[in-house]
Amino acid sequence: MSKLLVSPSPHIHSKDTTQRLMLDVVIALVPAVVCSVLFYGWQELLVLGVSVASCVLLEWAITKYLLKKPSTVGDLSAVITGILLALNLPYTTPWWVVFVGAVVAIGIAKLTFGGLGQNIWNPALVGRVFLLVSFPTYMTSWSAPKGLFGVDAVSGATPLGAVQEGLMQGSSVPEIMSAGGYDYSQMLLANLGGSAGEVCALALLAGFVYLCCRKVIKPWITLSIFATVALTSFIFWSVDPSRFTDPAFNLLTGGLILGACFMATDYVTSPMSVWGGVVFGVGIGFLTMMIRYFGSYPEGVSFAILIMNSVVPLLNRWFKQKKFGRK
Amino acid sequence: MSKKHTFSMGGVHPHDSKISRECAIEQLPLAPTVYLSVAQHIGAPSVPCVAVGDKVKVGQVVAQPGGFVGAYIHSSVSGTVKSIGPRQDLAGRMSTHIEIAVEGDEWLEGIDTSDTLITAIPEDAKAIVEKVKLGGVVGLGGATFPTHVKLSPPPGSKCERIIINGCECEPYLTSDFRTLLEKGEQVVVGAAILQKAMGGVPCTIAIEENKPEAIAHIKEVIARLGYPEMEVMSMKMRYPQGGEKQLIDAVMHRQVGSGALPISVGAVVQNVATALAVYDAVQKNKPIVDNSVTVTGECFPRQANLLVRVGTPLRYIIDYLGGVPADAVKIISGGPMMGRAVANLDAATVKGTGALLFLTEAQTRRAPETNCIRCGKCADACPMGLEPFLLNKLAQAKDTDALEENAAQDCIECGCCLYSCPAHIPLLDHIRVGKGFVLSAIRARAAAAKAAAEAAKQ
Repeated sequence: MSKLLVSPSPHIHSKDTTQRLMLDVVIALVPAVVCSVLFYGWQELLVLGVSVASCVLLEWAITKYLLKKPSTVGDLSAVITGILLALNLPYTTPWWVVFVGAVVAIGIAKLTFGGLGQNIWNPALVGRVFLLVSFPTYMTSWSAPKGLFGVDAVSGATPLGAVQEGLMQGSSVPEIMSAGGYDYSQMLLANLGGSAGEVCALALLAGFVYLCCRKVIKPWITLSIFATVALTSFIFWSVDPSRFTDPAFNLLTGGLILGACFMATDYVTSPMSVWGGVVFGVGIGFLTMMIRYFGSYPEGVSFAILIMNSVVPLLNRWFKQKKFGRK
Repeated sequence: MSKKHTFSMGGVHPHDSKISRECAIEQLPLAPTVYLSVAQHIGAPSVPCVAVGDKVKVGQVVAQPGGFVGAYIHSSVSGTVKSIGPRQDLAGRMSTHIEIAVEGDEWLEGIDTSDTLITAIPEDAKAIVEKVKLGGVVGLGGATFPTHVKLSPPPGSKCERIIINGCECEPYLTSDFRTLLEKGEQVVVGAAILQKAMGGVPCTIAIEENKPEAIAHIKEVIARLGYPEMEVMSMKMRYPQGGEKQLIDAVMHRQVGSGALPISVGAVVQNVATALAVYDAVQKNKPIVDNSVTVTGECFPRQANLLVRVGTPLRYIIDYLGGVPADAVKIISGGPMMGRAVANLDAATVKGTGALLFLTEAQTRRAPETNCIRCGKCADACPMGLEPFLLNKLAQAKDTDALEENAAQDCIECGCCLYSCPAHIPLLDHIRVGKGFVLSAIRARAAAAKAAAEAAKQ
């Protein structure tokens, strides 16, 4: 030893790194990715591949050539955005539409604001919503899963879309449900028309439990979303079961589980404190149900999360943890 | 809620790395020369009362308190005063040191150097406090606050409980653990003396659960010596349990307010080593001339807990144990969370030196800072309930008002925020600066208020 290193305390660090936290999220998404590929086949693999590759390449190229900063690809956050964007799209989405979504997600929603940690809205959701309003045809042509080795693609509406359509045509909810043949235990495992990430609720929940066990996220946001959706839909459904869908249906459809477990819990765009998180979750759950019941879009999770993302700075200001020895 | 005793918010769980826990305390041979700093406690520096050329004995006063918050400093060796002048301390700052060339080991008359345990405690509280003051006893848990001041609560405040801090929650440190095991009787008598000094209040000896031998031993000693109202409390392992405010919260479930002293909630906290020093000062007339120092680190070949005379040059200690390992890049005086990096191996130990820790590049090098991902781990880790991510930004913006509003001055600098930040943001570095802004603003306000009051009087 020649020279002594002198720096302020603390002199040791925990093993936590941003990359490790992001890797945990990727690991948590693996079951859902595997399920979606199993159910939707090679087309889903293409969507996933294009999405992840474009997100990572765009982040690398923009930071290097436009921002002239060290590349941040290594922190794996672009990989997560890519996976989440893909899981939010139908497997039939053309590759160039996926690419446009990635440009919006990484280029506009993330790097314009300063990159990881600086963005106000969840990048994957911004990309998804942009595609939803720009390319409604591609985004709403849902097909029932045909499986990795399946032959026939059965096209049809998502359960929420079917309900919306049926209600407009004057049918009641129970009629639509029996016509669609929706079975909740089946929904929990798989096999409903929808975007890839909506396919297998159990795979998503497994990822969520993993993240909670690894203490990457706290469960409060997710649980308060589930509780609010269940409670709100229970109240409306009790009042008029012919017009309003029941709690189990609302919990299991429309990407609610994907949104609640993986999008609403994004560190950057969610409140820091426990109570801030609970209010955030209640807001998302309530707005989701309002959009589903009264809005013109069949499905409201994306919009609800983006709206509540905007309120996060206020929630961080209002809900602070109690300081030691102070009132 | 967990039934285990611990503080109510924040904290982290670093690996405890107590690799020197089996090393019994051994006496370090006398160094040829010692250097006694006159500024080795919180408060006014002491004033030297010897001259160059004077012969001194072990335990003889060489510097007197420079104010009420001050402490006596005693010669830790016998020999001749060689010089009195400025010298770098271990952080590289200059302060006055008294250099003494060691000749033999002759102790001052009246100091009992035998091992005989004296359990009979003086009745007079005032006499106890005076003896503690004469013994130069300061808090040996890190802050080195003069103990007699802590034992003299301001009028109107009342001590309800003595807490003996045996948490030793910093990783690597084992000197308090060894002291509890090897000098448990003396520590318990010291605790009983402190009880008496505060008017016979109850006493809790708090020890973290990773030291079960110490917990069992102290329980047995208390039962054997039979002091009333004294208990051992097994604490959950969690850093910074040994922080004064955290420990009071854990033991008494009372939170010391911002800027307030522990006595405001009826608590007086003393470290294990301090309790031993109180025993020595009161029962044996022995002032602080030596203290236990853990010398450790994975890269250090010879782990040790050494009894070191105050003022021994660090280089002498390290050479005795085989020299600085080739792969060590940082030497820390104290623990890895709150200790100070040593800048100068020629510096001498002070009363509060509890450990020398050697860390390798891989163990201590900070990773490059990346963007804050707003994960909130720093806020979860803060034992004072602060928001380090926010204070970090405010400190860089030099926004003193907002820093004060968000309680930057409450920061205890435990390092939990920086330790847990996945983006490796130097949170505490900035917050220390911000805390400095607030503290000077508070001082300036107090000075202005005082001046205004003076002006109004005239």
